[in-house]
Amino acid sequence: MQTDPDLQGQPPVALSLAHAAKTFGPVVALADGTIEIREGEIHALMGENGAGKSTLVKILAGLHQPDSGDFRIAGEPVSFRNVAESKAAGVSVIYQEPTLFPDLTVAENIFVGRQPKGRLGLISQGEMRRQAAALFGQLGVAIDPGRVAEGLSIADQQIIEIAKAISLDAKVLIMDEPTAALSGVEVDRLFAVARGLRDQGTGIMFISHRFEEVFALCDRITVMRDGKYVSTHVTEDVSVDRIVREMVGRDIAELFPKEAAEIGAPVLSVRGLSRAGVFRDINLEVRAGEIVALAGLVGAGRTEVARAVFGIDPYDSGEVLFGGKPLKGGSPQAAIAAGMGFVPEDRRKQGLVMDLSVARNVTLTLRKRFARAGLINGRAELRAAEEWSRRLQVKAGSPEHAVSTLSGGNQQKVVLAKWLATEPRFLIIDEPTRGIDVGTKSEVHRLISDLAGRGIAILMISSELPEVLGMADRVLVMREGRISAELSREEASPESVMHAATVAAATN
Amino acid sequence: MSKTAVDSTTTLASEPKGRTGAARILLGRDAVMIYLLAAFLVFAAVSIPRFASPLTAGFLLLDVIPVLLIAMPMTLIIITGEIDLSVASIAGLTSACMGVLWAGGMDIGLVLLLSLLVGTAAGVFNGFLIAVVGLPSLAVTIGTLALFRGLALVVIGDNAVANFPAQLTSFFTSKLGATGIPTVMVGVVAVVLFFGILLHFTPFGRGLYAMGFSQEAATFVGIDVARSKFWLYVASGLVSAMAGIFWTLRYSSARSDNASGLELAVIAAVLLGGVSIFGGKGSVPGVIAGVLLIGTLNYALRLGRVSDVVLITVTGLLLIVSVVAPSMGAAIRQWRHTRRVRRNFNHSASPVASA
Repeated sequence: MQTDPDLQGQPPVALSLAHAAKTFGPVVALADGTIEIREGEIHALMGENGAGKSTLVKILAGLHQPDSGDFRIAGEPVSFRNVAESKAAGVSVIYQEPTLFPDLTVAENIFVGRQPKGRLGLISQGEMRRQAAALFGQLGVAIDPGRVAEGLSIADQQIIEIAKAISLDAKVLIMDEPTAALSGVEVDRLFAVARGLRDQGTGIMFISHRFEEVFALCDRITVMRDGKYVSTHVTEDVSVDRIVREMVGRDIAELFPKEAAEIGAPVLSVRGLSRAGVFRDINLEVRAGEIVALAGLVGAGRTEVARAVFGIDPYDSGEVLFGGKPLKGGSPQAAIAAGMGFVPEDRRKQGLVMDLSVARNVTLTLRKRFARAGLINGRAELRAAEEWSRRLQVKAGSPEHAVSTLSGGNQQKVVLAKWLATEPRFLIIDEPTRGIDVGTKSEVHRLISDLAGRGIAILMISSELPEVLGMADRVLVMREGRISAELSREEASPESVMHAATVAAATN
Repeated sequence: MSKTAVDSTTTLASEPKGRTGAARILLGRDAVMIYLLAAFLVFAAVSIPRFASPLTAGFLLLDVIPVLLIAMPMTLIIITGEIDLSVASIAGLTSACMGVLWAGGMDIGLVLLLSLLVGTAAGVFNGFLIAVVGLPSLAVTIGTLALFRGLALVVIGDNAVANFPAQLTSFFTSKLGATGIPTVMVGVVAVVLFFGILLHFTPFGRGLYAMGFSQEAATFVGIDVARSKFWLYVASGLVSAMAGIFWTLRYSSARSDNASGLELAVIAAVLLGGVSIFGGKGSVPGVIAGVLLIGTLNYALRLGRVSDVVLITVTGLLLIVSVVAPSMGAAIRQWRHTRRVRRNFNHSASPVASA
């Protein structure tokens, strides 16, 4: 297995799913799920949100049972009743955010439920750590098997999940957007691990929205659209444009439309903001009509600064001026009253109340505005919700449907609608397009650009370089809790931003 | 694996919410409780002699008043995802204080006012520990459940004070004309309306539902989670004190063990009324139906000379059924679906295998 998989020579197929369908009530989640993963290949699955990728993965993982279709592992037809059965057959899924037991050690997490036993049938800690260390050796990473899982980075947690999968003798490893929360260095290490496994003959399915990663890592690419299989390509023979076209079913002229807007007076000024151990001496200014990007690696303190500015978290020293007036710290109520809005990075936990209806979510920020004599005018509330959903083209069956039934892109539009309805002067947008499909992505970008055009000051936090470079008038780069560089639109390039984000400044 | 398990249940849970408009209101869990209550009332009126009389309305309502009162703040608290187990002990403590103050010769108006203050202070204590210090409400109120009951015993000991002004005690058992409805129901209805409007028609109420599902998301839209919780516990203390005063004057007896065990009756009624113990779901009309259903059932069984043991058993069973029924329905649907799928799957898979 030293050579690259010779696709003409057809290495054996590890897993194949053909024409699988899955419906939930009236909703067709998957109409034609088809994928074939060979031994020793990394196979990308691409598609917009709502294309049916997650459903397909859940079928492979044994979480869902397909209504029809042909599912084979190593040529044998299978049907999994649950996750345990799929694991036993050699299929393991690594999720974006692994769920380890924080109080157990790394080794205990890997062998949980099947710990090696020593004398008297007691767990042999030494043996367990030896085996864990051997697994990490095989993966070529250095993680102490004896430390507790709490406090490990998401990247390390994923590696531990991978080690667990290998110890279970996984033939097929499915990685569901593993890189979404990783920084550049961590992505490189994950890729090295993945390539190592491929060379040992494991079939890997890789799901990602990032084209650079897919083209750098994967041998073949399967594209899905609207719950249906579209095509499979050998990566070398295909272009990004072709894949994008197949994913959206149409050409996208421009991914990042930022139009020139008139830059006005400063709306937000942050002076010397510090919080012990989190960020230090943050100075920044955002003007009306301006989009300022806060770039940097995950963990550089970008979100923490935004949270402190908005009042979710306290800060130790410094001040926040809004429209020239000092803003009370530690109070989101004061920030909202002043005209601030916050689109948080975690849509599902922070941005939306997933079980409430679309309408309730949109008007949650407006609760007080619809109250006359303290009572909410239900009709006005529903009208406003419909109005804003329409303006942002939220695709929902009905405003009364739970927001959890919408696709990621539409959920993000609901979050935006909820803040736009407050008619803010300043918006913090944290990872505006995380986990959003290509088509909606450019829609969200157009929307943000449009807001700036209407004089709203925007602070955008983003880990996607093309987004930062395409959208921002100015780029502030953070590194280890400090702002390490301020770059104008002209100065900002992938190299200059990455340099400021990763390399310690020798002077100052 | 826990993450994926959560994922699959959320998709299941969100399916029925696809209903809109009238269907959602007419098929919701709280509406079902109202139908059940109506059906039971009709059944009892037809099959149990002496049930359909003004006397019934009077005694039944007098019986459910303490539960109905406390169920109001409890509904709001459970919707935010918290709980208050100390309510009955607060009522008991209030009753004990009333007895001692009255026996000490204080003016009855002042006694009532101070008693309400005692309950409110107890609520402030709960609210401080839960909202300000940030302790889990289950632990805090289990503690204060014992603490307040203990204080009641310290205050009044084993004594009972009974000689409250006859005017007052007779007022608390009096009826509105010939209708048989207790006069105090006017006040109770006011309390119910207050909490109903607060929950369903005010910005504060909207915030409670959001908090019940996700406190983090609630914080991000500017809901002051800690302050909302604090005031809910204060309200709970105040209303529990009202229930304690009612209890004392209705039976004309101030004792330390008054209203003992009432918290479970209240929580049972609230859950039966369609409020989710996990927070985020529920309505005041549903809870009213839940309270009345348990009350009516108890009353009807008693009229039918059924023993107390059976009453408790029936209440318990009803609660379990009401909580289990929705998940049972979902489980059965899931099982049937899975079975059908596996059959189809094997059909479609086997020809390919042989080919």
